Amino acid sequence: MKSEITQKLGFTLLFFCILIMLFFLGVLVYFVASKGFSVLSWNFLTDIPREGMTAGGIAPAIVGTLYLTLGSIIFSLPLGVACAIYLCEYGPKSYVVNIIRISINNLAGVPSVVFGLFGLAVFVKFFGFGVSMLSGSLTLGMLVLPQIISASQEALLAVPQSYREASFALGATPWQTIKKTTLPAALPGILTGTILSIGRVAGETAPIIFTAATFYMRGFPDSVFSEVMALPYHIYALMTEGTHPEQQTQIAYGCALILLLLVLSVSAIAIIIRQKQRKHYG
Amino acid sequence: MDNIAAMRVENVNFFYGKKQALRNINMEIYKNQVTAIIGPSGCGKSTFIRLFNRMNDLVPNTKVEGKIYLDNKDILYPKVNVVKLRRKVGMVFQKPNPFPKSIFQNVSYGLEIKSKNKDFIKEQVVKSLKRAALWEEVKDRLYDNALGLSGGQQQRLCIARCLAVEPDVLLFDEPCASLDPHSTRRIEELIQELKEYYTIVIVTHNLQQASRVADYTAFLYLGELIEFGETGRLFTVPEDKRTEQYITGKFG
Repeated sequence: MKSEITQKLGFTLLFFCILIMLFFLGVLVYFVASKGFSVLSWNFLTDIPREGMTAGGIAPAIVGTLYLTLGSIIFSLPLGVACAIYLCEYGPKSYVVNIIRISINNLAGVPSVVFGLFGLAVFVKFFGFGVSMLSGSLTLGMLVLPQIISASQEALLAVPQSYREASFALGATPWQTIKKTTLPAALPGILTGTILSIGRVAGETAPIIFTAATFYMRGFPDSVFSEVMALPYHIYALMTEGTHPEQQTQIAYGCALILLLLVLSVSAIAIIIRQKQRKHYG
Repeated sequence: MDNIAAMRVENVNFFYGKKQALRNINMEIYKNQVTAIIGPSGCGKSTFIRLFNRMNDLVPNTKVEGKIYLDNKDILYPKVNVVKLRRKVGMVFQKPNPFPKSIFQNVSYGLEIKSKNKDFIKEQVVKSLKRAALWEEVKDRLYDNALGLSGGQQQRLCIARCLAVEPDVLLFDEPCASLDPHSTRRIEELIQELKEYYTIVIVTHNLQQASRVADYTAFLYLGELIEFGETGRLFTVPEDKRTEQYITGKFG
């Protein structure tokens, strides 16, 4: 009897926790949507900012964020997957590899502003890329690299050993086994990791403050060496600079809403790809 | 019966770390015959059979001593090309493990590694599926996912996949352990048919299965080869007391 009551109490508590979570999620979406909705218009999405950020649109920021996200993933996805393959499939199960693994996990915990400073010192100054889309993409790529490596490693470890054995038993080399069996089977998991990274990259502010972002641009970036506007930084700038706080706040919420929608739709695309892959690879 | 040795095992010892799993094993595997390896769980049967295609290489922290000759070459020699070896010595595993690919791709997997000739691959796939007695059941759905097949069909697909690379020796590691009696019988019939073309080694914990399919039987106990001989003889007049106790169900 007593155990039943405890159980009921426990489950009720768990349910309550879910409710709290849903409540905050709902409030967040409602808050951003209701405040940002009023400024949304076709013009807002396609025009450049005008009249000292108080009118016009945010098109360069949207495009900038897309470019930065894409750039960072192009850089970090292949590198991250390659590292994971080495660590899981090739690397000797040694002390050194273990240290590398721990270091990567620690890297994931480094605050993003530190990556920003690192990007400033290395990509902007040392390599001389300047404050540019390239520097920003590389910095963001560095930031998500550990996340992609960890996710890819987990995905590779989750591939049943029986697949590898079957492949080896047919006379495949380790390389052929990875290419034809292990990697395709791990792909859905790797994509999940990438989805999470995309969300993070698109929303990061600190790493791009010093490396890529600019408050205002007349048009769109024309090369990888030009500065870009980006949504998260634009929100930050709107809330901290400028001379018309009221209009700017409204626009900032509009930006936030667009950023949310952007991240959600990119994730949705990735989820669809993942589902297709999963169907293929059971 | 005049038997030619396809493989010869000489003084083989095997260690997992410090634990010895196989102790000084000597025996011959005869060409175009079925050799069964029986024994209670943990006696080293699977470890033993996995030496023939060097599958134990994948297990870290192991050590092997002794020699196994195939075509007069010691396959345990560290510098042996295991990729080549495994194309000569195919293996079917305990649990059917088709790739999550189409039926066709499963069979062509081992071929595509070596050959780019599409016609040859196709021909070989059909031939292998026929030989594995699966063709009639799958000929209309070669491009469906192999995971949609039943357990017994999956296991025959795994056999077809092995046959496609044209090995000389086929290793079966408890191939029916996860199959129903009907599928088991089909696999056993298939093994009987296949010995015309291949030398077959089968590990099984099922004594009836050994007596049904095997020409020769080896009894392994605690990593030692207790007795090896013609199946009929070993099951009727075992020479060793432990063999007798095992086959009469005193332990196991």
